[in-house]
This record gives sequence, C-alpha cells and structure tokens, in this order.
Amino acid sequence: MNRYTIAILVRNQFGVLNRITSMFRRRQFNISCLTVSETESAEYSRITVLFGGDEGNKNQLVNQLYKLPDVISIKEFDNENTVSCELLLIKVVNCAENREEIRAAADAFNAKTVDYTKKSIVMQLTDSSRRIDDFINLMRDFNILEICRTGIVSLERGESTIRKITNL
Amino acid sequence: MLLCGADIIVRTLIEQGCNTIFGYPGGQVLDIYHSLHKYQDEIKHVLTADEQGAAHAADGFARSSGRTGVVLATSGPGATNLVTGIATAYLDSIPMVAITGNVPTSMIGTDSFQELDITGVTLPITKHNYFVGSIESLADTIREAFRLAASGRPGPVLVDIPKDIQRQFCEYTPAPAVTADEPFAAKDIRIQEAAKCINQAKRPFIFFGGGLVSSGAQAEMLELADRIDAALGCSFMGISAIPTDYPRFLGMQGMHGRYACSVAMGKADCVIALGTRFSDRATGGLDTFIPDAKIVHIDIEGAELSKTTRDTHALRGDIKKTLEALLPLISKAEHPQWKKQVADIRTQEDSYRDTREGLTPLNIRETINRCREANMPVATDVGQHQMWSAQMLNFSRERTFISSGGLGAMGYGMGGAIGSAMATGKKTLLITGDGSFGMDLNELATVVTHQLPITVILLNNRVLGMVRQLQDFFFDKTYSNTSLENRHTDFVMLAKAFGADAERVCDVDSFEKALKKAIDGAKPYVIEVMVDKDEYVLPMIPGGKSVNEIITKVGD
Repeated sequence: MNRYTIAILVRNQFGVLNRITSMFRRRQFNISCLTVSETESAEYSRITVLFGGDEGNKNQLVNQLYKLPDVISIKEFDNENTVSCELLLIKVVNCAENREEIRAAADAFNAKTVDYTKKSIVMQLTDSSRRIDDFINLMRDFNILEICRTGIVSLERGESTIRKITNL
Repeated sequence: MLLCGADIIVRTLIEQGCNTIFGYPGGQVLDIYHSLHKYQDEIKHVLTADEQGAAHAADGFARSSGRTGVVLATSGPGATNLVTGIATAYLDSIPMVAITGNVPTSMIGTDSFQELDITGVTLPITKHNYFVGSIESLADTIREAFRLAASGRPGPVLVDIPKDIQRQFCEYTPAPAVTADEPFAAKDIRIQEAAKCINQAKRPFIFFGGGLVSSGAQAEMLELADRIDAALGCSFMGISAIPTDYPRFLGMQGMHGRYACSVAMGKADCVIALGTRFSDRATGGLDTFIPDAKIVHIDIEGAELSKTTRDTHALRGDIKKTLEALLPLISKAEHPQWKKQVADIRTQEDSYRDTREGLTPLNIRETINRCREANMPVATDVGQHQMWSAQMLNFSRERTFISSGGLGAMGYGMGGAIGSAMATGKKTLLITGDGSFGMDLNELATVVTHQLPITVILLNNRVLGMVRQLQDFFFDKTYSNTSLENRHTDFVMLAKAFGADAERVCDVDSFEKALKKAIDGAKPYVIEVMVDKDEYVLPMIPGGKSVNEIITKVGD
C-alpha cells in the first residue's frame, strides 16, 4: 500500500467537505489526515488529504473527485517538489524527575512551551510529520496526557500553483 | 418584476424550456402547486400515483426527447420516494432536475414533520444538489441545475427549497434557457496515437453505449465503421442508437447479449469503445475480457476511462467532436478475413435459434416486431422480459428504447412509458412482467387519467423469472420466494378496474390480433400474455465469466 498526499481546491461553501469525504467513503479509502482552510481567495477552500491505497485506486479516486462540480483542481504531491509541515500540540505530566529531560528534548526539536503549570506542560511543534512522530515517541517516556496534531499541509515548491492545474 | 419564490420557481422552469413537469403535491410544496395552477397554460403538470412514478416519468421523458426531465415532490416521504428514480437517472446518465420542498428554514434541523435531509440522502446519486438558502439565489440555482444536468455527462441534479423561500418575494428577471457546456474534442496527441492504433487493426470492433446517443455521434461512428471495415456492437444503453438491421451491427453484447456480438467482440484485436463504461454486465470477468484487443476508449467522463478495463488509449472528450478530428487520420481498410470470421459467427448464432412453436420468447418478440412500426418507442421494466426485448426487438430510431440499465430498477417501466408518451405524443409500448408490473401498476391510474396511448404487454409467467433462472442455474432449482402463483391476481380485471381495456392471450395468433387492435386504438390497453415459467433468457454468460463459457441452450 502506498501513501498519497493530495490537495483539493474546492468552492468554499457549506457541505463541500461532506461531498469530498463522501467520495473517499464510497471508494472505501481511509483518510489518515485531513486539513481544511480558506485560501488566498475566500471563494475557495483547500483540502489536504493523506490516505493509503494502490495506484489504480488513487487514480480512480482523483477522477471521481473531478466529477464534483465543487472541485476546482487537484494536486498530487511527491516528496521531491513539496514543502510540507504539520503542527503538534502535546501535553505531558510535569514532575521534578522528568522536567530536565523534557526540556532537553524540547530544545533539540525546537518545540515551544505554550502552557506551563505545576502538573503539566503543553508544547507546540511545527515540523515535518516524521519529526513530529519522533518527538511524540520521545515524549512517550514522560506520560503524555493528550495530543492534537493538525494534519499535513503541503505546497509545491516554485512558482506553480494548484489553480493552474486542469483536468484535461 | 417582484414575484414570490414559488412563482419564480415555475417561471424559471418555463424560461428553461420545461413544458411538462411530473410530480405529486404535499405540505411543503403547496405554494409551488398554487403557482403551477396559475401558469397551467405554459407548463403542464402530470400528477402520478406516487413520486417514484413521477421520477421515472421525468427520466422517460428525458430519454425519449433528449431534453431535461423535471420532477417535483414534497419534503420527507415525497423526497425519499424520488430516490430510486434519481438513482436510475444517475446510473444511466439521464438529464433530470428534481425539485423538492422542505420545511421552513427556521425549522431545518429540528426533526419537524416531514423534514428530511434530502441533499444528504441524494449526495451519492446526483451530479450535484443544492439547498436553496436565500430567495436571491433561487432562480440562478435552478438555472445552474439545468446547465449541470445537461452538460458533459448528463445526470440528475436536485434542488431542495424550504417553504419560507417559496413564500418570500424577490425581483425576478427572466433569462434565456441555459445552454450545456460546449463539447470539446480529446487532446490532439491522444487522437493521433489512437489513430495509429486503429490504422493497424486487423479485426476492428466498435462498441458503443448510451454516450453515443447523448453526443449524437451516430453518423461519425458509422463512417468510421465503414472506413475501417469494423464490426459493430452495443451495450444495453446503446440499444436503438442505430437501426437494428444495420448490416455491420451485431446487436447487444454482454451477459445476456447476442451470441454473435459477444463472441465477435472477444476475437477483436482492436475495440473502439464510444460512450460506454464497461460495466460488469458487459465485461464479465475482466481477466478474460477481450483478451487480444487494444482498447481505444472515448468518453466525455474522465472517471470512466481505465476504470474497469486496461484502456490502451484513453481519450477524454465529446465523441462526435473527437471522431470528427479522428476521421481524417484514419485510412480506408478492408478486412475480408475478419468479415468472414464475423459472418461465420453469425451463422453459428443462427443455429441456436429457438424453433419451438407457441408463446415462446422468440415468437412473442417476432409478433411484436410484426405489429409495431420499428420507430415506435418501447419501454420495459426489469427482468427476463427486458432482456428478451433488448436482444431481439427491432429499432429504427434513436431514443426509442426506454429502460433502466445500470440500476436495473423493477417498477421503472410504467413511469418510463408515461414519460415517453408525454414527450412524443405517440403510441408507446410497455413490455413488462408480472413481477415488475406489481411494482408500478399503480401508474395505470396516470395512464388512464391522461388517456395516454400506451399499450402494456404483460408477460405473465407467475414467477420472478430472472431470479428464478439464476436459482435454476446456480441454486439447485431451490425456488426460494420467486413464485407468484398464489397471488391469483386477475390482471385483466385489474386493468379494467383502473379503466383501461384489457385481455388475456394464450397463443400467438390471439396475441397478434390483440396487439394489432391495441396499437391501432387510442386507448390504454393491457394485454396479458401467458408465458411458461421455465423459459430462459439465453444466451447467458454467467457473472464474472468469459464469453468462452457462454450458455446458448438449457443443458449446456
């Protein structure tokens, strides 16, 4: 099974996320992560989806997505020409014996402390998904209370944009 | 001018060229019905027996006229009753606009009486759907629905309109009827590659589906066939696109297709597929489907290219435009050997001909062919009668075979026939079975109300024949729940109770007499034809198998 990241530029109106995810459901794709936000134009939203599957299914899915009138264009990302990142918020237990180690790990990853109490620390990290996975793994030793990550966002390097893509 | 929402809806429908609307009233569309009454000289409303019949009728109207069919229903149960009809249109790419009322905006989301999220329900069976949230967007939303329904690959679009929007007032400015998006040809480079492939073919076969009719590309296709000396075959949805007696034409291919067509297609070295989606009913097992053939696939819908088949050349574009660009690149060719091979396959097919006397499927079809002008529309329901009709009826004009293909919806036929008769104003045959008729006989009321010139040929074998046939072949003749013998329905009395003329026939001569009388007369007429329950639809390629395993007679 391969993993794919695609960005879908859609009309920014209610129900559009439902239409997109419904297509994934109908083709029985499990979405690993999903981000949605408005774009440089309020008329459009950009949906970034990470999912697993084989090449044929993925092509089929992209073709099916293009059937939706709300879909403007779709960009598939490869590792070479893409900048991607994710944001993580992580809350761990704060106690005397772990405090130093947590701080060292946070420094090494450039994670920022955004909330600090006697009993807990919340850190924020913006990085590649891989580095975020690594940081979470390090923190597993220190009693993680909860985690929230935004999911991946990606842009193509260089001047080309998703809006220049046509489905012909 | 300042109009209420309901008037805007009706005026917009009229402005978009809709002169006939099928529907059923209810609480949340009262305003629209009031408006329809006001504008009844410009738009005819056909009240059906239920909303499913209305949706099928709108679909039948679109299939036979090529114009977008329009259906109207109230919220809740009215809207859910449309679902099978919308899904039928979606699977067969039929342009349709469905309008539903809904509870007032302030009550949306409160589970109020007859409230239903119909845009949610119809998400996977519409090209697109709309919930109209403001009176200002009402007219343009309906216009956009018409544009979408008819553009590219046609299909159904639903517009859900809350009651308060129907009652608010807004300035209405008439607009011209929208035009479908301009069709485009496939990319030049793809056309050039495909031309090379076609020019190298030694055993070319052109396989067309419903998309050929939507594109209106019959003339270009036949020119291509003559140019490259190709055999021609169609999918279920391609039936009636070209005359049945066209010399190169082998009829329908697939699970219950004609022997010659399926076998010849299996031997082709190049299959040019036009406006077809290679459904499992056409392909059978994909591993063994047209094993020697390169596939040149032309379709307006990109998602159908390389979906089930390994297309050698996938061309996204309008068929007519693409063929116009392709034809100048195609050299004249003759393939006498291939022709001979196809002729031999046809001779083989003739040897499987059923020679029995009596009301056999073949004799019934030949009787119909004798009595009916080949350009008379034929609607069918779903089952054995449908496949018998698809295999053997003669057609001479496009859009005259009105039948539920992709969804295979029993209960489609009567609505389909009503839509066709309304669109053409001409005599329409409905061929149905006792199982299907049980699902749509309520629409006889509509046929009688409007005195539609519909002749129903009801093939009564007192079983659900198609399912029973599968039980015969694959379930050791264990006929679980496929017998209707204990129903004891007297269809002649039933039809008469509805106000139609009716008779029962038990032999070919009386069938022929009855059919001639029914076709010559103007009244709705039901002919119940008694058929043996052990008749089969043959040939048959079992699901998922190849043409090598085609069953041509019982006991194979």
